Amino acid sequence: MSRMETILSLKNLQKTFTARRKGKTYKIHAVNDISLDVRRGETLGIVGETGCGKTTVGRTIIRLTTADSGVAELNGNDIFTSDRQQMRKLRLKVRMVFQDPYASLNPRRTIGDSVGETGDIHGVFDSRRDREERIARTLEQVGLDASFANRFPHQLSGGQRQRVGIARALLPTPDLIIADEPVSALDVSIQAQVLNLLADLKDEMGLTMVFISHDLGVVAQISDRVAVMYMGNMVELADGPGLFANPQHPYTQLLIASVPLINPNKRVSGGIEKGEPPSRFADVSGCAFHDRCPLATDLCRTTRPELRKNGIGRKVACHHA
Amino acid sequence: MLTVRNLVVSGGKGASRVDIVSDVSFEIERRKVLGLVGESGSGKSITSLAVMGLLPHPQLWVRGGSIELDGADITEEPPYLRVERGHGGVSMIFQEPMTSLNPVVPIGDQIVEAVRVHDGSTGITARNRAQELLEMVRIPDARLQLTAYPHELSGGMRQRVMIAIALACRPQVLIADEPTTALDVTVQMQVLSLIRELCDTFDMGVLFITHDLGVVSELADSVSVMYGGKIVENGPVERLFNVPLHPYTSGLMNCVPDPSAGHRRFQTIPGQAPKPGEITKGCRFAPRCRHAQAVCTTDTPAKVVDGPLHSAQCHFPIARGAS
Repeated sequence: MSRMETILSLKNLQKTFTARRKGKTYKIHAVNDISLDVRRGETLGIVGETGCGKTTVGRTIIRLTTADSGVAELNGNDIFTSDRQQMRKLRLKVRMVFQDPYASLNPRRTIGDSVGETGDIHGVFDSRRDREERIARTLEQVGLDASFANRFPHQLSGGQRQRVGIARALLPTPDLIIADEPVSALDVSIQAQVLNLLADLKDEMGLTMVFISHDLGVVAQISDRVAVMYMGNMVELADGPGLFANPQHPYTQLLIASVPLINPNKRVSGGIEKGEPPSRFADVSGCAFHDRCPLATDLCRTTRPELRKNGIGRKVACHHA
Repeated sequence: MLTVRNLVVSGGKGASRVDIVSDVSFEIERRKVLGLVGESGSGKSITSLAVMGLLPHPQLWVRGGSIELDGADITEEPPYLRVERGHGGVSMIFQEPMTSLNPVVPIGDQIVEAVRVHDGSTGITARNRAQELLEMVRIPDARLQLTAYPHELSGGMRQRVMIAIALACRPQVLIADEPTTALDVTVQMQVLSLIRELCDTFDMGVLFITHDLGVVSELADSVSVMYGGKIVENGPVERLFNVPLHPYTSGLMNCVPDPSAGHRRFQTIPGQAPKPGEITKGCRFAPRCRHAQAVCTTDTPAKVVDGPLHSAQCHFPIARGAS
């Protein structure tokens, strides 16, 4: 099992939603030509602001949303052309963890039933005893006592519920976990516990993960590599430490500079007006970031920059970085 | 200007009565931002509702302490009397502007409504004042935007509209309850910058409530840290973050992800926050505290000080220089 083995490969992924506003039909490019490899054993972070398409990328991978075009391959098998039978198997191999652990658990089922549900559907348990044992073992893996199997979601705190969400994803020993904002709904002290758990699982089980979040601090802490998205485009892709120490794309720079830090020497002052992302209904030509960018030139307003290696070997989609 | 002394907010009746907020005191000064930090359920929002006179009666009520605005006791004064008596100088903005704005009324009319109540002006005067307020919160094309509906604006712009409404009464104190939590980071910075600026132009004090220590560190002049309904530590921002006294404060600081730190294991705070009334004896943080000893579970900690402004409630405060 080599370190560089590609487990998931996305090529030219494209997804457009149509929306009607005031009698006009708009095309919204949620995901615009994204190509990405996820290697076995790594955690790939996807970071970006609201509406940048990071969730859509995650959802298209397991076909919760159907991509318009592009290719997604898991261990060399094409996901988008798989039939029903193949998809069933695939959904055991790629598992999702969602943001709101309360909304994603059935309030009327016990934790054990929720965790075991996938196993029941796919018939992975040999016997009732095997089922109980595996549910207990999985709960213990995520730091919960086996007795939690008999409880209901309302008896659990937010942090515990998110651990259940992770346990449910782990039960069929998946190849890949897609975690969409898994700690955003939690308090910081609880968030830190869950992030440590994910890091431990990665070390112990060699878990591969796509970690989607808007929180740069969280992504930096957990990811080996990070993809930055803006308005459906991938603007920068780099190893985590490199990206945060030396961001190349002007948007990545703005994003990192905007993270509030505990540093009494860094103070916010009046007069910060850098504009907001343009409306998703607007048809933006050229680089999507050009109207907020300090480096923008005429070229940026007309031509969309490709993601390519720049002078220091970083993958950046910018004409000037 | 605004002084809160020994505030106690309770809920429930008779034997089932619990104190949600106990013995909270703070002062808000002109042109200064006080950050009130805490996790969910720490009582920070209830404290702000008590100050506004907006506690959901009769489930919650102020059982003790006082709230004074410029020397006038407003603790028991219902909101509708405050404006009449000239005590309307505290306004508030909330986390999710969409739930605070009326979705079927243009934002201009919503600002005019607040202007009418507080200024008494009507017609074109009120309209002009509304436009002026929109310009002050830096909404581009303010004149055109007066007729816009809330859904036509972005989250950041909606929060600016909320701020404009809050400013209509020319407040002495603005209470901001997690106003940037629902916003993206780049937009959050803009709103924080705006609040800092308005603090000076309106000569007002700000009570900024948040769970985000980073936001507090960048914006606030002084900080109060709440845990389990009590203020466990308070002090000037640079003092408190450089030399935290309370183990909860330092634990919370260690939990905050820092993008420049790269991979590192978080120091966590084990367990979870107590429910109101769950812990009545000793220090409320004791069950989760690494430094806790027997005395912490039995005796209420006394105040320890580090200089005249910085203090904490702890039996075993963290020594200077230690983690």
